[in-house]
This record gives sequence, C-alpha cells and structure tokens, in this order.
Amino acid sequence: MTDLLAAIGRIFLGFLTHTGRLSAFTATAVSHVVRPPFYPRLILRQMIEIGYFSLPVVGLTAIFSGMVLALQSYTGFARFSAEGAVATVVVLSMTRELGPVLAGLMVAGRIGASMAAEIGTMRVTEQIDALTTLSTNPFKYLVAPRILAGTLMLPFLVLIADIIGVFGGYIVGVYKLDFNSATYISRTWEFLEPLDVISGLTKAAVFGFLITLMGCYNGYYSRGGAQGVGAATTNAVVSAAIMILVFNYIITAMFFGK
Amino acid sequence: MTTPTPKIRLADVHKAFGPKVVLDGIDLSVARGESVVVIGGSGTGKSVMLKCILGLLRPESGSIQVDGEEVVGLSSREREQVMRKFGMLFQGGALFDSLKVWENVAFGLIQGQGMERARARDIAIEKLAQVGLAASSGDLFPAELSGGMQKRVSLARAIATSPEIIFFDEPTTGLDPIMADVINDLIVKCCKELGATALSITHDMASARKIADRIAMLYKGRLIWVGPAKDIDRSGNEFVDQFIHGRAQGPISMELRA
Ligand SMILES: Nc1ncnc2c1ncn2[C@@H]1O[C@H](COP(=O)(O)OP(=O)(O)O)[C@@H](O)[C@H]1O
Ligand SMILES: [Mg+2]
Repeated sequence: MTDLLAAIGRIFLGFLTHTGRLSAFTATAVSHVVRPPFYPRLILRQMIEIGYFSLPVVGLTAIFSGMVLALQSYTGFARFSAEGAVATVVVLSMTRELGPVLAGLMVAGRIGASMAAEIGTMRVTEQIDALTTLSTNPFKYLVAPRILAGTLMLPFLVLIADIIGVFGGYIVGVYKLDFNSATYISRTWEFLEPLDVISGLTKAAVFGFLITLMGCYNGYYSRGGAQGVGAATTNAVVSAAIMILVFNYIITAMFFGK
Repeated sequence: MTTPTPKIRLADVHKAFGPKVVLDGIDLSVARGESVVVIGGSGTGKSVMLKCILGLLRPESGSIQVDGEEVVGLSSREREQVMRKFGMLFQGGALFDSLKVWENVAFGLIQGQGMERARARDIAIEKLAQVGLAASSGDLFPAELSGGMQKRVSLARAIATSPEIIFFDEPTTGLDPIMADVINDLIVKCCKELGATALSITHDMASARKIADRIAMLYKGRLIWVGPAKDIDRSGNEFVDQFIHGRAQGPISMELRA
C-alpha cells in the first residue's frame, strides 16, 4: 500500500518537474525570440529548411488527401443524393482541418525529429557548453531561430497544402466523377469563408511553434550518448503529434465552438 | 594587500549529482600567468571542476572568484561578460560539426565580439597556422579531420579570442605520443605568447610535467596534494606516487577494493 502511494507520488513529482522545466524552457525561448540581438542568417537557414524542403512531403500528403476526400464524400453522399456537396466538403475539410493537421504531423516527423537529433547531439558532445564558453547564448543561437522559423513557415506550408489539396479534389471530381469543371470551381468558392482559411492558418502557426519547441526542448535536455539522443528524437515527435491533436481541438472550439 | 588577487580562486567548492558526491571541498588558487595542472583518475571530477568554474554546472556551496569577482550564481548576461576572459579546450573537442573549420575557430570573434566575417576569417587562418594547420584546412568540416587535427582546431578556437584564462581538458588524451608532445609544445607556446593563465587537466604525466608550473592531484573530491611541478617526484604523498608511476598496487587500489 505504501509502495503504491510512493510510486504514485514519484510519478506525480516527476510530472511536476517535467512541466515546470518545460514551462521555464518555453518562457526563456520566447523571451529570446522577441528580444534582440537576432540572427537573420540562422533564421533564414531554418526557414529554408522548414519551409522549402518540407514542400514535397507536404504537397504529396495534401494532393492525395484532397483526392481521397472527393472520392469518399462522393460515394458516401450519393446515398442521400448530396453528391453536389463534394467540392464544398473538400475545400472546408482541407482548409479547416486536414491541411493544418496533416502538414503539422508530417513536419513534426521531419523537422521535430531532426531538430531533436541535432540539438541532442550537440548536447552530448558538449557543443552546447562550448557555445556558452564562446559568449553565445544557446537559446539565442539555437532555439530562438528554430522556433521563429517554425511559427512563420508552417502557415505558408499549410496555405500551399490547402491549394494543392483542393486541386487534388478537383482532379478527381472533374476527371473521375465527371463534374463540370466550372461548376466544381464555383462550388468550391461558394461556401468558403475567410474564417475557414484563417482558422487553419492560425492552427498552422501554433503547430509550427509546438513542433519546433518540442524538438528543441527534447534535444536540449537529452543526455547519455546516442541512446539518449534516440529517445529525445522519439519523444520530440510523439509529444509534438499529441500536442498538435490536442491544440487542434482547442483552437477549433475557440473559432467555431458554440 | 601585499599578495595580488589570484586570477582564479576556489574556496570549499562542493558539487554532487544526487547522492553522488563529486567535489567535496575544493580549495585552489591560480595566480595571474601561472599554469596549473590537475591530475587524477578517470571519473574523479576533474571536468566537473572546470565546468563549475565556467558556470556550466552550479556548485551546491563554496565560492569561486575570477579576478576577485564572485562568479557562482551570476545571471546569464553577467556570465557572458565573464566568459569573454575564458577560452576552453573541451575533452571531446566539441567542435561545431555544422560549421567549417575556420568558422569554428572564428566563432568567438564573430558571435561573441561581433567582428566582421572577413576579418575574423583572416584571424582564424592565422590561428590555424599557429597550430600548424594549412589555410586550406579551414574550408573543411570537422568530421573530415583526424583526431589530432581536431584537437589542434579546438586549441585554435580556444585561443582565437586571445583569452586571459585558458582551460585545457585532457588535451593529449587519445593521441599518439608524438602528436601529444606537439600539442604540449603548442599549449606552452600559446600560453607564453598570450601571457595567459592556464588550468589544465590530464592524466598524462609527460604532459603534466611539460606544461605545469604547479600540479594538484584530485582524489575523492579533494585536492590531496598541491605543489610545484618539479617537486612531484618527491611529494612524500603515497597517492601521488602511485598515480605518477601508474602502479596498480597502492593506497588507491586498496580504496577501490574496499
Ligand atoms: N551532468 C552530469 N550529471 C550526472 N553526473 C555527472 C555529470 N557530469 C559528470 N558526472 C559524474 O561526475 C563524475 C566525474 O566526472 P568527470 O568530471 O567528467 O570526470 P573526469 O575526472 O574523468 O573528468 C563521474 O562519475 C560522472 O559520472
Ligand atoms: Mg574529464
């Protein structure tokens, strides 16, 4: 009985230490994002890494999601003769949900993992200590440029994903399901509201922040050689993915909740 | 005051990791321009001692002064100022593997002091020449260098900002005897040219004899012997004798068996 209580106590304390450390890390990171000096060179390099090099994987994800959405909603809606809604369903699903969530998850796998691995390796090979001894704050030099670039580039990626996804739906709609091209396009615009896109881009910015934050945080506190870096990489991806799904619900509720 | 302020002064420094006591009351003074070498077995806390002075680790108690200024518990901004006095050669080199060799050497000049890249590059090439590396090696990445060359690059990075105090953590470990002697000569030469205060760690006695004015031996969290390098062979301390002759039998191994 006391063993059980002790175990629960330990887990609870571990949880508290962890949240406390993450909060402190987040606060320090954000303070360095908004406070000069800035490193434009490093920010630009991260923006290219996150924005440009993620385009293929995000684009592929988006086009197939758009295509399957059109196909699924067509066959599903045919049961109650609502096939006409396909274009609207595709564009609303992409901009509000699938664009940000799928792009976020793909980028979490790509960028979150590589950030945790890179910063984690720098930690265990004492490169982060070396930064400090060279009068350079690791938060300013490593963490802030990554978080800033992630928060700025994810909305850009999601906007592209939205467009490509809608285009995927259009291809299936017009070439497979025999919609009239002009009708499909006008149906796409008909019920789309600015808030649909804005909510999706807001999600993207938050996801970009979370992905880079978890990548940097897990890398920064990794220890114990190659094994520690491996664990940090896994944790970065898993925690970012879970946080994306949780915050996706919260932001949706904030924008559209009754 | 008749005695000048020591460059570095440690008084009763304690550091433990959880229940494991690593430093158990360290007292050490290093005078301006002096070269002190700390010897001791692997895992006795030599690197931890240097990291406490650099503020990378925080001792639980005790005082550490640099030029008479207390450095334990400085804010990260004040710490950056103090760091400008230091150069550090890390045990594993800790070169930034995403940067070219010359950018590594010039790092403290560009990031720490805000020097222009072109001028910093010239100085970096000059420092590389001082440690016997050709200018062409400046455009390689650290991973493309052999172990001995990496040590020399680390040395060049440690001296690039012409620091007043230089720490060398096991500068010759893992090198062949000839390369080790080359590094020893470089350390002596660099310290002489810069007039720097040096604190080094080694368990290579040839290296210790060559670079030390004074030698201190760390054992079980305390400095059990401190004295002029020339007296090391007649220290009258059986722990020191066992260590410098590398005998398996003696008080140190008896402690291990107990
Ligand atoms: N960051 C750390 N966390 C926990 N233990 C550490 C840490 N750094 C060093 N230690 C422990 O402190 C002891 C001394 O390490 P170190 O100073 O690296 O030894 P050495 O004298 O070989 O340089 C070792 O037993 C090591 O396991
Ligand atoms: Mg060591």
